[in-house]
Amino acid sequence: MFKSLGTPPPLPRWAEVLLLPLINIAVAFLACAVVIWALGENPREVLWTLFQGPFLYPGNLGYTLYYATNFIFTGLAVAVAFHAKLFNIGGEGQVTLGGLGVGLLVMSLGPTLPAILMVPMVILVSAAFGALWALIPGYLQAYRGSHIVITTIMFNFIASAIMVSLLSGPMMQPGQMSPQTPPFPSNAVLHKTHDVLHWLGFDQVANSPMNLSFFVALLALVGTWMLIWRTRLGYEIRGIGNNPDAAHYAGIRVPRIVLLTMAISGALAGMMALNEVAGAQQRVILNFSGQYGFVGIAVALIGRNHPVGILLASLLFGALYQGGTEIDFNYQSITREMVTLIQGLIILFSGALYYMFDPWLARILALILPRKANPEGGPS
Amino acid sequence: MNEMIMPFILTLDATLRLASPLMLCAMAGIFAERSGIVDISLEGKLLSGAFVAAAVTTASGSVWVGLGAAMIATMSLSALHGFATITHRGDQVVSGLAINMLAMGLTIVVGHAVYGRGGQTPALTNDLRFSPNTLWLSDMLKDVPLLGPIYSELLSGHNLLVYLALISVPATAFILYRTRFGLRLRAVGEVPEAVDTAGISVFWLRYRALILGGLLCGIAGAYLSVALGAGFAREMSAGKGYIALAAVIFGNWRPFRALGACLMFGFLESLSTRLEGVELPLVGELPTQLMLALPYVLTVLLLAGFIGRPTPPAAIGQPYIK
Amino acid sequence: MTQPVGSAQQAGGAHSAPRLALELEKISKSFGPVRANRDIDLQVESGTIHGIIGENGAGKSTLMKILYGMQGADSGRMLVNGKDEDIRSSADAIAKGIGMVHQHFMLVPTFSVLENVMLGTEGGALLADGRTATRKLLAEFAEHYGMRVDPDALVGSLPVGIRQRVEIIKALKGGAKILILDEPTGVLTPQETEGLFDILRVLKADGVTILLITHKLDEIMAITDRVSVMRRGEMVGHRDTKDTNPQELAELMVGRKVLLQVDHTPANPQELRLTVDGLGARSKAGHQVLQDISFELRAGEILGVAGVSGNGQSELMETLAGMRAVGEGGFDLLGHRVDARNPKGPDAMRDLGLAHIPEDRHHHGLILSFQVQENVILGYHHGPLTGQGLLMDRDKIRQHSERLIEEFDVRNGRSNVLAKHLSGGNQQKVVIAREVDAVPKVLIVGQPTRGVDVGAIEFIHKQLIALRDRGCAILLISVELEEIMSLSDRIIVMNAGRLVGEVARGQADENELGLMMGGGRAKPKVPAAQGEASHV
Repeated sequence: MFKSLGTPPPLPRWAEVLLLPLINIAVAFLACAVVIWALGENPREVLWTLFQGPFLYPGNLGYTLYYATNFIFTGLAVAVAFHAKLFNIGGEGQVTLGGLGVGLLVMSLGPTLPAILMVPMVILVSAAFGALWALIPGYLQAYRGSHIVITTIMFNFIASAIMVSLLSGPMMQPGQMSPQTPPFPSNAVLHKTHDVLHWLGFDQVANSPMNLSFFVALLALVGTWMLIWRTRLGYEIRGIGNNPDAAHYAGIRVPRIVLLTMAISGALAGMMALNEVAGAQQRVILNFSGQYGFVGIAVALIGRNHPVGILLASLLFGALYQGGTEIDFNYQSITREMVTLIQGLIILFSGALYYMFDPWLARILALILPRKANPEGGPS
Repeated sequence: MNEMIMPFILTLDATLRLASPLMLCAMAGIFAERSGIVDISLEGKLLSGAFVAAAVTTASGSVWVGLGAAMIATMSLSALHGFATITHRGDQVVSGLAINMLAMGLTIVVGHAVYGRGGQTPALTNDLRFSPNTLWLSDMLKDVPLLGPIYSELLSGHNLLVYLALISVPATAFILYRTRFGLRLRAVGEVPEAVDTAGISVFWLRYRALILGGLLCGIAGAYLSVALGAGFAREMSAGKGYIALAAVIFGNWRPFRALGACLMFGFLESLSTRLEGVELPLVGELPTQLMLALPYVLTVLLLAGFIGRPTPPAAIGQPYIK
Repeated sequence: MTQPVGSAQQAGGAHSAPRLALELEKISKSFGPVRANRDIDLQVESGTIHGIIGENGAGKSTLMKILYGMQGADSGRMLVNGKDEDIRSSADAIAKGIGMVHQHFMLVPTFSVLENVMLGTEGGALLADGRTATRKLLAEFAEHYGMRVDPDALVGSLPVGIRQRVEIIKALKGGAKILILDEPTGVLTPQETEGLFDILRVLKADGVTILLITHKLDEIMAITDRVSVMRRGEMVGHRDTKDTNPQELAELMVGRKVLLQVDHTPANPQELRLTVDGLGARSKAGHQVLQDISFELRAGEILGVAGVSGNGQSELMETLAGMRAVGEGGFDLLGHRVDARNPKGPDAMRDLGLAHIPEDRHHHGLILSFQVQENVILGYHHGPLTGQGLLMDRDKIRQHSERLIEEFDVRNGRSNVLAKHLSGGNQQKVVIAREVDAVPKVLIVGQPTRGVDVGAIEFIHKQLIALRDRGCAILLISVELEEIMSLSDRIIVMNAGRLVGEVARGQADENELGLMMGGGRAKPKVPAAQGEASHV
């Protein structure tokens, strides 16, 4: 009389970490292909252009890494907060504040200090302003009970309003009509990678906006990995994320860790301004945050909140962004916003619909893979 | 005397125009959130609704067909949100974000592919828009002191969708508090188990709430592109969906209070446009950009418990597992 | 819409009603590897009160959820009033005349009583008619059964007993002839329990078949006509209540007759480690959960705290461990004063030399998604276990973890196994290993053997005695009277957040302790039930 399909077996770890995300990304691209087809273009050609974009011309790799730098910072920011089960969707605002902080610092100090002092200060200030902008929602969540998702959304808009009024007011370059600061003096910039390489004697390297902040991003990757899996603070962050009650039992002060986590998350987001403001543009321009804060969520989702995954996802997205410009160049009817669409689909399939394929994949794998003796439901 | 109050009336008139899409979206948000589903995809639905309304109106030559298509599009997005969050128990915030990004990407990509010009739909002529309706007796009453301008300038002379937005508020209140569907909807957002054990399907109830919200977002989107505006421009929703969400929270998830919040937010917006570049006596020029951020600041202050305490539906954000 | 109450009465009164209201044949249900119900057979006669008794985790709740359609069985057959029925949802169950009063009330606190009762039977798309009809229904219930409730009161503001009344009305409103009650008395005061039983008797007289799920023997003896006993997912016996006694039922429930023998040597109490004076605490909602608690605990002794679950023992543990704020009074722990003005968190308590084995390992004691080696440093991760450097010393942690796995005999345990993949007993061993190995001066331990198999119980008991003999002061809290009596050197008894007595080891038997645990609660019907239950 009673019949049910039964619970599917648990997915093997390698499948969960590698196979499932790949399937989810593949489905996202498939959905995108359908859209391209519906618009009357050949999906295979368009997607091919998108993928080979980064490799077509010598300068393109630099662009890819330049975009990837942004994604590493914002992806890490989302991931660190995720480990504490905090959903920081305020990356956009934290990036903005980081950039404004850098702008204020540079405009107030001018070219007085040597670069060896100024550049570390730029890095610190970008992190500090980002941290501050995340700290307030963190405080409101930890001590006033307001939900971090809503407050960080609100803080994005507030940050944007602050940026507009500062850039069209006190920070605006005199004599200019566009809302942007004057260019930074050379002591405060992170140099372009190609300049550095030229200086080192590699003459053939093509120009790109890629700059030294890429290496700061790599350091941030390693630093985040150590923080989360090797330090006591990281242990506590994961602790409150996995079981806040047990964390309380263990003497971990949950509100304090919420604050610290948000500060670190915001600092990472704020440091994205290094790439855009201190590196690529070398001034603060309007809307330099360019939705990277939101895309960081997609990066963290695909990268499964692990620095290695985030690096890979950032490279993928960097390549997509670069490919997007190739699409603009090659196609009349399709624009680079195709990439935004793909990101939306990736967030949908790798995030909200993450477990849609899980039970089916598990059943299929259970059929294919040899059965292992597994006493007591132990780990496989 | 009527001349003296005219600036106020005009500001309020603008308030009503700006608040209308907020009201529709806020009511949509109330349906979703009272059923226990966080809906930050209001923004994406508003944007898609605006695009589809303009595009289909252009193609079909009928603004009504455009409105209908917009509602179908936004209801489909709501169904997608439901599929991810109700059927597959995905994270509601993540799903909402995905829909917002999908909407942003799709409207531009499709718009560009079809119309070129950076995703803008062709400008609509007045007969392909919801144009202002003059209310009965409006001209006759115009010169009556005080009440005349209020009636003929403030209440009369709006397009149909503004009145629809105004009606949506009492309609939402009626549905929530006077109907079987509303009773169950409020229950499912508080204690879904109670609804389930009463033999009512939690899933289907939540789907209906979301889809009803989708319908309202479709009207709001059409309002932006074929009533207030005359065509679609990229990113034309410009955060209004999020402001509507703020209004829902500000209104403590109740229709009439949310209406109040929408009107206040609309008023702030109309005031900031009116005061832009104007030197006021004593205070000088106001930072109008910062005034636009006031709805968000106020909502944060409210959430933080500095001005009252919001009480969200108890089961909000949690997928229902039997 | 809602049928008048009388319909239940008529159905029950009709002599043509089938003899068996409910019949289950070979019902089975598994959750992954756990077999929650195995080949359950059950026959419930019409118009009787049928009890189902079993320990926590015996599978009672799963069975009830299957009966009410909230979970599908994997296999088996179910007959309602002699007819084969496929109940796949609560709606099916309701349609077949089955009503259920859930352990956790299915009520919307922000709704009025009226709205709660009419949910699901609104009688039309608009509420107006339904409101009138439901108001009438509530009046009928008040008149017929004396179940009076204010229709317009907010449910969230009502006392628990009244809320349960609303639940019963909800379950019966459609004319249900079978009423299932899942642990209905867990949250009730003795007076409220009596009130509930009075209502059940009236319902039975009206012909309603009642299925009462409980783990309390005295309730079974007091009210049921027939009782079925569950143990570890199986039905192990059916008895007519008048032909059985608590002793027999308890043996069936637990499944072993011998008292576990612990080598309990006399204690050698030494200096004072903990002095509690006038301690009080409040819940988040502001209720007084602890009141005027005073006792002393010395090095080298085990002080047992006996009491019925939910009488303040958990709160006492949490307060002493620093997890809950002290309200009134306070305590001296190893020479340090702790009270409302001098609060100390769990970390500070641990630094002083207090260890805490919490009663709920899933919620507090472990982070299930962490590896064993990450769990063995939980709470001690700032101490020497993790090394001196900026980064945690992974080798050191692993070695520590492997030593504990070895010494505490954690089966199938490897350092990198996730805690959730261990069995309950092995999970508990990880917690105990961590806390015992810290060599605490004071140990607070709650329900050390809950959900643990027999072999592990003995091991855990030995560990506690050994720790005592090394000079640790142990406060043992357990709802298992047997455990308290076999391990403790002194016993204090709690009731309703207060201490109601203290006895030395061997000075009181189960009966006396049982009476104290009841807080002087008169039990004329089954005076010895509580005591005999623990006679096993």
